[in-house]
Amino acid sequence: MPRDNAATAIALDRVSFRYAAMEMRFDVTIAAGAFVIVLGPSGAGKSTLLNLIAGFDRPTTGRLMLMGEDVGDKAPADRPVTTLFQEGNLFPHLTVAQNVALGLHPGLRLTPEQWRHVTTALDRMGLADLAGRWPRHLSGGERQRVALARSLVRNRPILLLDEPFAALDPGRRREMTDLVRTLAKDRGLTVVMVSHQLEEVRDLPVRALFIHDGRIIADGPMAGLLAAPASDEVRAYLGR
Amino acid sequence: MRRTLANIRHGGTLAALALVASTSLAAAEDLTVYTYSSFVSDWGPGPVAEELFEAQCGCDIAFVAVDDGVALLSRLRLEGANSPADVVLGLDLNLVAEAAADMLVVPHGLTLPPLDLPIDWDDEYFVPFDWGYFAFVYDTEMVEEPPASLRDLVENSDVEILIQDPRTSTPGLGLLLWIRQVYGEAAPAAWAQLRPRIVAVTSGWSEAYGMFLEGEAPMVLSYTTSPSYHRIAEGDERYAADAFDEGHYMQVEVAGITQTSDAPELAAEFLAFLLSPEFQAAIPTTNWMYPARFPAGGLPEGFTPPPDGPALLYPSETVRDNRQAWIDEWLTAMSR
Amino acid sequence: MADSDVALSAARPAGRNIAGLLPGGLVLGALAGLIAVSAIGLLLAAPGTDGRRIWTDPYIWSILRFTVIQATLSALISIVLAIPVARALARRPAFAGRSLLIRLLGVPMVLPTIVGVLGMVILLGRNGWLNQGWGWLGLPGRFDFYGLSGILMAHVFFNMPFAARLMLAGWATIPSEQWRLASQLGMSGPQIFRLIEWPMIREVAPGIAGLIFLLCFTSFAVVLTLGGGPPNATLEVAIYQALRFDFDLQRGLALSVLQVAVCACVMAVLMLWARPIAPEATLQTADARPDSRHPLARVIDVGWLLIGTVIVLAPLTALASRFVTGPIVTVITDSDVWAAAGRSLGVGLAAGTLSLVSGWGLLSTARWLDVRRQRRKLAGLLETTASLSLVVPPMVLGAGMFLVLRTVADPFSLGLVIVVIVNAVMGLPFVVRILNPPMTQAARRYDRLIQGLGMRPLDRFRLVDWPLLRRPIALALGLTVALSFGDFGVIALFGTAETETLPMLLYQRLSAYRMDEAAVVAGLLILLCLFVFTVIDKGVGGRATR
Repeated sequence: MPRDNAATAIALDRVSFRYAAMEMRFDVTIAAGAFVIVLGPSGAGKSTLLNLIAGFDRPTTGRLMLMGEDVGDKAPADRPVTTLFQEGNLFPHLTVAQNVALGLHPGLRLTPEQWRHVTTALDRMGLADLAGRWPRHLSGGERQRVALARSLVRNRPILLLDEPFAALDPGRRREMTDLVRTLAKDRGLTVVMVSHQLEEVRDLPVRALFIHDGRIIADGPMAGLLAAPASDEVRAYLGR
Repeated sequence: MRRTLANIRHGGTLAALALVASTSLAAAEDLTVYTYSSFVSDWGPGPVAEELFEAQCGCDIAFVAVDDGVALLSRLRLEGANSPADVVLGLDLNLVAEAAADMLVVPHGLTLPPLDLPIDWDDEYFVPFDWGYFAFVYDTEMVEEPPASLRDLVENSDVEILIQDPRTSTPGLGLLLWIRQVYGEAAPAAWAQLRPRIVAVTSGWSEAYGMFLEGEAPMVLSYTTSPSYHRIAEGDERYAADAFDEGHYMQVEVAGITQTSDAPELAAEFLAFLLSPEFQAAIPTTNWMYPARFPAGGLPEGFTPPPDGPALLYPSETVRDNRQAWIDEWLTAMSR
Repeated sequence: MADSDVALSAARPAGRNIAGLLPGGLVLGALAGLIAVSAIGLLLAAPGTDGRRIWTDPYIWSILRFTVIQATLSALISIVLAIPVARALARRPAFAGRSLLIRLLGVPMVLPTIVGVLGMVILLGRNGWLNQGWGWLGLPGRFDFYGLSGILMAHVFFNMPFAARLMLAGWATIPSEQWRLASQLGMSGPQIFRLIEWPMIREVAPGIAGLIFLLCFTSFAVVLTLGGGPPNATLEVAIYQALRFDFDLQRGLALSVLQVAVCACVMAVLMLWARPIAPEATLQTADARPDSRHPLARVIDVGWLLIGTVIVLAPLTALASRFVTGPIVTVITDSDVWAAAGRSLGVGLAAGTLSLVSGWGLLSTARWLDVRRQRRKLAGLLETTASLSLVVPPMVLGAGMFLVLRTVADPFSLGLVIVVIVNAVMGLPFVVRILNPPMTQAARRYDRLIQGLGMRPLDRFRLVDWPLLRRPIALALGLTVALSFGDFGVIALFGTAETETLPMLLYQRLSAYRMDEAAVVAGLLILLCLFVFTVIDKGVGGRATR
């Protein structure tokens, strides 16, 4: 993979996208290994930003670079990205181990070596005992951990999370967020996480992007964003 | 006609299709004969013809049956050049000129033996194998005063009737022509007057006669010879043919070689066979019609003799020229 | 960051990957081809057809008039009877046998038409139960069944229960708050009807009535068997007769054009004007209605429930009793019957499979448009093309193909192939209706995950769609196979002794008035239909999924 600028993991260069009546426009660079939280009111375009990076949506104009490579033509599966959704990460008719194994071969044809790899990943997530279970027997937190395990085996440098823990209890949410941060640090992942729960992320020492009406209107350290909101929109969102 | 009342009465396996479906694909046979359904019923002339002729020629013949005689003509036209038929059996005199004009048939080239027909026969395309007169047959237990004439039936009677569709059935076409002869240009008005008392118009004779025997209506369009069946085969005098003052329309049933036949010689042999004494002798008690050649000993005991009154008949050419127009007229009169 | 200057020039249009259009495009192309072939067939077969013939042929106009009158009356009577039956069901949410009755109301919809007709004849024919009872009571005259009255009664038998189930779904859409409000305000039965129920009925009923009108407008088997002759024919029957009886291609063409034109107009009105109909009656929760305890209400409801039950059950009972006493041994030892059953099974399986594959293709592209391209309207439009058979009815399609084939081969020998194609087209709306909701739901939920993992289409089918959609797939296949197994329509045009199907054999027995045999064949037809449906539903669908 050519890396003319290894320090940059994600670069959206005047990327625009039409969604319904809204014209979105993103221009942002994210460094490799960074942990970025995306904030903003619903319908502002947070998920669209992630979908553009993941390749589920294609830009109307502009250029998208991931790990130094122009990925405009690439299918989602071919990008250096893996995504964790709020729900629907697991197929209900496949076991926990099978769901993780999909990350290694989407047709579920794995070598014994690869199956061992799946077991290791589950172990690491503390899910070793659940390998043969069906998703419906798992708690919400366990399900998201299985999905995380799959992200690990996919071994992509960029991890996108779209409100991944919104359906969990507040205590669980914080726990999971910490788990993701640990994993990201261990593996040097670049993480972009959309969050709706300001309370869970407000004291994280991370970069925050604030999106409003399809534009990034604030960009900087979380603490700074909260301490001195840059605009009325951010103030309104924060409830001040 | 015809026709084997037996299959309706005794409720054996049908008839029309049993014989045909049990044989293999028509195209594989030496000779394929298109005919109407009651001809090939278990008690009809079909099985007799098949047995006798196959023994004579050492070949294999197959019948393909349609609802009734007029439908044969439509079927041949629909199939066009790809028809597998060798012989068409069961058209009647009314359709002879039309079939010849459409080049559906080729000349048979046979010299016919002397025939016992009420008319002269010199057609080069068709061989007549039986004949009879259309009549309304009624249930004497349900109809106390049968109409004395066709006009009486149309204008004064309140008896309900079953008839056949002139677009598919030779009796149905016969009635159309019968009313035309009696009423002339006033025929559509006569149909309009008759219409409320027509219980059903069926596409074939078998259906109408079956409904009649089930009691769906007290009177049905059939033949003067139909009661013979009930008399001879069942010993039942309950059914009678209503004699009309104007006379009865005549039918001559014919067979011809199709233009698409790939075995015209065998087909001609089959036509000649139809007039053989053996097959002709079977006609009265299988098809319940007068044979084209009367048996040496005369008609069977109890068989209705030909009526004395006048017979009605249009020249085949007149029917050819007017059939479509008269049927359209009938459709319109019936649909008002 | 690199090269930001050239970025804009490198922009690409959004819609590059169009592979998702392929399956639906193929099916759409095939449907269009089918229509083109039929149209060409009709036009070529009747060269020099004078367009004015449509306007000047009085027969055609009388047929059109009759078709419209009977379809209008059928729709009106069905809906007028369905409303009180559905209301009684809605007002009595918990009596013993309620769900059984609702299931019973679903029977006529899937009952082979020709079988239902036979039941009606046994019940109402001149020598049927009704007239026998009439005579037994010593009453004069008898009930005249053939003609308009018979057609209407048969259409009500087939469509009233269907309408009642759809209406019941309408009742389920009334919010429960309205019932609580009605209780609090102390509304009486008539007030509830006027203020709560009537507004719902007014919205839902026209769409249902329109659909029934369309179904009766193109009715074939019922009208052919019960019409009793030329005055009582639908356009569909008249097309069949023009071709098979008269070999009048011009009239066949004129009738076909008229048929398509009217159906298209009615469809257009329905689509623009009527509210979409909820697909199935839900078993709603019991909301206490203030009017349900009134003694008079009880009497009325019980009365209507009985009427509804009798309408469905009487012909079926008549049929069953005639079946039990019929010549069962004669029929089941008749090789013709089994040969016909075998052909029907072949036709059913082929048509059902073709229908399923086509429906799957249409829906694959529809969900691609919907989920990946956010083109929901376009997707909806594609789904409606599945209802083609409502606009271009079977007999028009069959007639067109017949006339094209005629120029190259013996059309009767290819009859079953055409029957398969036409039946597949007729099954398409059912496939789409059954598969669409679960398929769209699965796609909305998992499509991005599937994309992210990079699953190939075959893996996607094996690992995701099949396990998730197996049951609706089995239901759709079972239903379409069973429907075309029992269909008596285009086969009438092509049927010969060599291509005879079981419904056609039944029609022959029926029209030859061999009621005992017909009843046994009908019983056999129903049993085989149920058997085939169950085998597919359980065999393909597997046990209940997790």
